[in-house]
Amino acid sequence: MKQTVFEWLRVRLPLDIAWRRYFSHYYLAKNLNIWYVWGALALLVLVSQGITGFWLTMFYTPTIQHAFQSIQTLMRDVPYGWLFRYMHTTGASAIFFILYLHIFRGLLYGSYQRPRELVWIIGVMLWITMLLESVLGYLLPWGQLSYWGAQVITAMLGVVPYVGDALVTWIRGDFSIGQPTLQRFFAFHVIGIPVFLSLLTLLHLVALRHVGSSNPDGIKVPKRASPATRAFYPFFVLKDCLAMTIFLTIFCVMVFFYPHLGGYLIDPANAVPADPFVTPNPLTPMWYMAPFYGMLRAIPNKSAGICTMFTAMGLLFLLPCLDKSPVSSMRYKGLYSRLALSLLIISVGVLGYVGINEPTAINQLCAQVATGCYFFYFIGMPWYTRFESTRPLPEFLA
Amino acid sequence: MSDTKSPHHKPCEECERNESVDLERRRFIKISLKILGGLGTACAFFPFLSSLQPSRRTLAVNGPVSVDLSQLQPGQTLTVKWRGKPIWVVRRTQAMLEQLQKNNPELRDPNSRVPQQPSFAQNPWRSLHPEYLVLVGVCTHLGCVPRYHMQDNDHTQTSGFYCPCHGSRFDMAGRVYRHMPAPINLEVPPYRFVNAHTLIIGETL
Repeated sequence: MKQTVFEWLRVRLPLDIAWRRYFSHYYLAKNLNIWYVWGALALLVLVSQGITGFWLTMFYTPTIQHAFQSIQTLMRDVPYGWLFRYMHTTGASAIFFILYLHIFRGLLYGSYQRPRELVWIIGVMLWITMLLESVLGYLLPWGQLSYWGAQVITAMLGVVPYVGDALVTWIRGDFSIGQPTLQRFFAFHVIGIPVFLSLLTLLHLVALRHVGSSNPDGIKVPKRASPATRAFYPFFVLKDCLAMTIFLTIFCVMVFFYPHLGGYLIDPANAVPADPFVTPNPLTPMWYMAPFYGMLRAIPNKSAGICTMFTAMGLLFLLPCLDKSPVSSMRYKGLYSRLALSLLIISVGVLGYVGINEPTAINQLCAQVATGCYFFYFIGMPWYTRFESTRPLPEFLA
Repeated sequence: MSDTKSPHHKPCEECERNESVDLERRRFIKISLKILGGLGTACAFFPFLSSLQPSRRTLAVNGPVSVDLSQLQPGQTLTVKWRGKPIWVVRRTQAMLEQLQKNNPELRDPNSRVPQQPSFAQNPWRSLHPEYLVLVGVCTHLGCVPRYHMQDNDHTQTSGFYCPCHGSRFDMAGRVYRHMPAPINLEVPPYRFVNAHTLIIGETL
């Protein structure tokens, strides 16, 4: 009986073939290290965000009169409402923490190189879409930071020549952030963007499965059982499960004991209902946007600052063309690449610090230098990767 | 070793070479993982499902309501909202109370055997105080709100409640007549009197 049911299913829906292709007979280099668990963790948090977000929708009212109150009711009166709200807010930060490490892995081991260009490009699209998703979601609680964050971000579109002001009004659906803005942000946050994110995630994974994961040595491994490879299931699945267990332990500690984490996960200014006449001081961006906000502050010209910020994000798309190195992994790249990557990490740290803290003269100067370093990593890449001496690649994985 | 030999071939060569795998231990770990994982997943459902029950705010909104009866004259009715439902308070006249006993042969459940009332109201007038009738104004057939009608001038029909949806009729104690669509008597909510003229609906003593 059981056999017949499985046979009936197998003919119509070849799940066993999918299982073999994507799990039990999907072979990866055996030397994948801790840098290769972030993708699975990102997927875990994305699913968690989907579930908690779906649940939050049941209790949230997207009107400017009731939005703030509905969150307070959720936190105080709904059984366990605090739990899935904190899971959602902590999850938002967690996903960016994971994504930045995931992206760093790409830079470190050259995961964007041939033949994984499309995996990388879809990945960058995912990251930018998630930033957009977080901006949209941030308005929903209708607190002070929600309101003023949305105010500042939508106002950025005003720099578009000729149609800027009309564009801002069109996006807001009102002359300031109001009911139409809240309602459309809600629609995009809960339906529009998540559907798009799911599609991108699927494409990211399908493309990855086709070309196979990179590896810390950046050398080609056969896509079949061999001394250099291990099957995704059970070896890497179990490894990912271990990573998830450790991650979830830390995540639960954050959710249960440090849901605000000194304002980095939830800013205290957002405990005050939105007031269109008073801007909170200081107005700090979320930490995962702070480096780009730092660039905005570093450039003393409005249009140039905004263009710099978006260019800085967009440059990630171009990495596959910019890297001219004959090797992928930092293990075999030369001194210049190592220096450039170190410089990039330091400059992102400095920009993040400047983005969150009060702008002072010395901060501004540091941010300008850091912006320069950030751009050098990308713009200089075709040269410093070509003219450095690389180490010899091993023939095969030992 | 080729793939065609067995569809379930070992994915790792070391595993095949290694004959000293403790299968018993592996089986124990697998079963433990499944049980603990299953328990953990089941527990994770709890807060999500728990959140769907009425919140503290909803419970507070649906708490007991106080009704002032000092202006209610004999024969008059008063409707208040409790838990989103209409609650009728009727001050019955002496004639209405006398009529109750005469209705008995025409009723489906004259002695209120079906537990549609708190135990204190399982009596011939279905109330704490014979004069005051307190009922949930929701027909037991499909949930419409019946209408109160006074006795006709020509005494062809006694006073009671009539449901406009499917024609169920109830007497002045909310008891349903025979051959009506409604299967049981109207519900009596929990209530208590604080004093002679103040009624609390939604809690008993």
